[in-house]
Amino acid sequence: MAKEYTLEQIASQVRRDIVRMVTKASSGHPGGSLSSTDILTWLFFKEMNVTPETWNRAGKNLDQFFLSAGHMTPVYYSVLARRGYFPVEELNTFRRFGTRLQGHPCVEKGLPGVNQAAGSLGQGLSVALGAALGKKLNGDPRRVFCLIGDGESEEGQIWEAALMAAHHQADNLVAITDWNHKQIDGDTEDVAGLGDLSEKWRAFGWETIVAAGHDFKAIEKAFADAREKGGKGKPVMLLFQTEMGHGVDFMAGTHKWHGKNPSPEQCEAAMAQLPETLGDF
Amino acid sequence: MKEYINTGNKDTRSGFGAGLAELGRTNPKVVALTADLKGSLKMDEFAAEHPERYFECGIAEANMIGMAAGLAIDGYIPFAGTFANFASARVYDQIRQSVCYSRTNVKIAASHAGVTLGEDGATHQTLEDLGMMRMLPEMVVLSPCDYNQTKAATLAAAAYEGPVYLRFGRPAVPNFTPADAPFEIGKAIQLEEGKDLTILATGHLVWEAILATQALEKQGLSVDLFNIATIKPLDEKAILQSAEKTGRVVCAEEHMIAGGLGEAVAGLLARKSRKPAQMRFVAVNDVFGQSGTPAELLKAYGLDADHIVAAATSF
Repeated sequence: MAKEYTLEQIASQVRRDIVRMVTKASSGHPGGSLSSTDILTWLFFKEMNVTPETWNRAGKNLDQFFLSAGHMTPVYYSVLARRGYFPVEELNTFRRFGTRLQGHPCVEKGLPGVNQAAGSLGQGLSVALGAALGKKLNGDPRRVFCLIGDGESEEGQIWEAALMAAHHQADNLVAITDWNHKQIDGDTEDVAGLGDLSEKWRAFGWETIVAAGHDFKAIEKAFADAREKGGKGKPVMLLFQTEMGHGVDFMAGTHKWHGKNPSPEQCEAAMAQLPETLGDF
Repeated sequence: MKEYINTGNKDTRSGFGAGLAELGRTNPKVVALTADLKGSLKMDEFAAEHPERYFECGIAEANMIGMAAGLAIDGYIPFAGTFANFASARVYDQIRQSVCYSRTNVKIAASHAGVTLGEDGATHQTLEDLGMMRMLPEMVVLSPCDYNQTKAATLAAAAYEGPVYLRFGRPAVPNFTPADAPFEIGKAIQLEEGKDLTILATGHLVWEAILATQALEKQGLSVDLFNIATIKPLDEKAILQSAEKTGRVVCAEEHMIAGGLGEAVAGLLARKSRKPAQMRFVAVNDVFGQSGTPAELLKAYGLDADHIVAAATSF
């Protein structure tokens, strides 16, 4: 699939999936999903060494991914399905009773690709750090990736993990911030002034890279930089400048679509802006 | 009544340390984490022998629980240790989501539980942890009574696949269980057989319950006495059989009444017993602890042998 379609085409389909999933479920979080679509598309289709068909949780000698911002399930599930972890048709069951595609990711339903439950924010980076140290202990040369939100970075546990990842020299850990500057109640700067996240992470002892998050050339370069900076004693933080709701004009750039589903008419309007490429679920 | 020989007072936390050290030598998958309490948790031996498998996490307990979950995902058996209050209340949501709901094979080593922590006072004396941990799906809750049993429980926790909360304490208390007794998770240990009343005790109060049983025997009462070293899953069969036999149940624990062993037993009897039973609770009743010696505090909060005797003769 990755060979047949361009990243832009895959991302367009993922965005269609996101909007259709939350419309169908009459709930869910499209805003952050749309802002991190291009990052996760790159990660799962280009960057990570993974074997979706034979996925197992321990992931030895494979790259591992942890979603810390658990509400971003629409993009997470779409990318996993499109990458071949489970049937694309299963996206129809998002948030339905009995589904493996719970509102926030979980382990107990056994959805392939999901390593850890997330939803209560701030916990995933610590888990990813533990997994990264486990890989070192295992003599496993692969990396551990973790996606966090900028709003999520208001959680104290994120900074506990930041401190300890540097202390333990987890240079096989690559954290990614979806820096869309929005959270449920408004702009991050109005809710809880995060300031210069890049400076903060650097001060905590991390290598930091800031890049545009909706440009695959920039994303490619940022991940190449991360590879270059990794393995040298410091964890790496990639901060992608993104736009909440990116790709759908009436959702873009506002916090109002963080956790709101569109009406069927709004969904149609969104579909008109996002070409169907891989085939709808 | 049997004779119970105290082979010398020892702290249960040292039993944990000895168990962890043994695991370090026998199981390469066991790793240990602590939040700046290596010495207090008696993890020095493991840390010295296996520095690569020992992770100092600093005073950042939430992150420690997450790190333990990540190590478990990669196939390790992590023991994350700190004081019981910080191993439960402070990190409840981390244990809930990253450990239990995520089904990670994490062992929470919770030391200095209860009022017998002593002089540090109420900020450190958790009396709520058993209740919190009992409520979590997937969680196994162990509360061994002495050094030997805490060591055995540590080995059993490592052998069990799934989250375990292992509660132990600070003070030196009588060490009387057999050194070679394996720890069976979920099994109540019957110490005495009797017909007049049942005493179910856990943790440090098992020894107090033995002293109480000796006193009660002198008064002509025969006691069905159990060491409830597994709080969850409860040994329902043994407890129901005993309660149906005696009709009188005393529960003794270094914990709040709310959420503790006593309430767990009361719930069990209410749901499943075929005969009515009266109950008495030797536990802390809705107040915080305070500074003092362990003996002073056990007495002041109504947890010592005399109070068990008083409860047992109040039916």
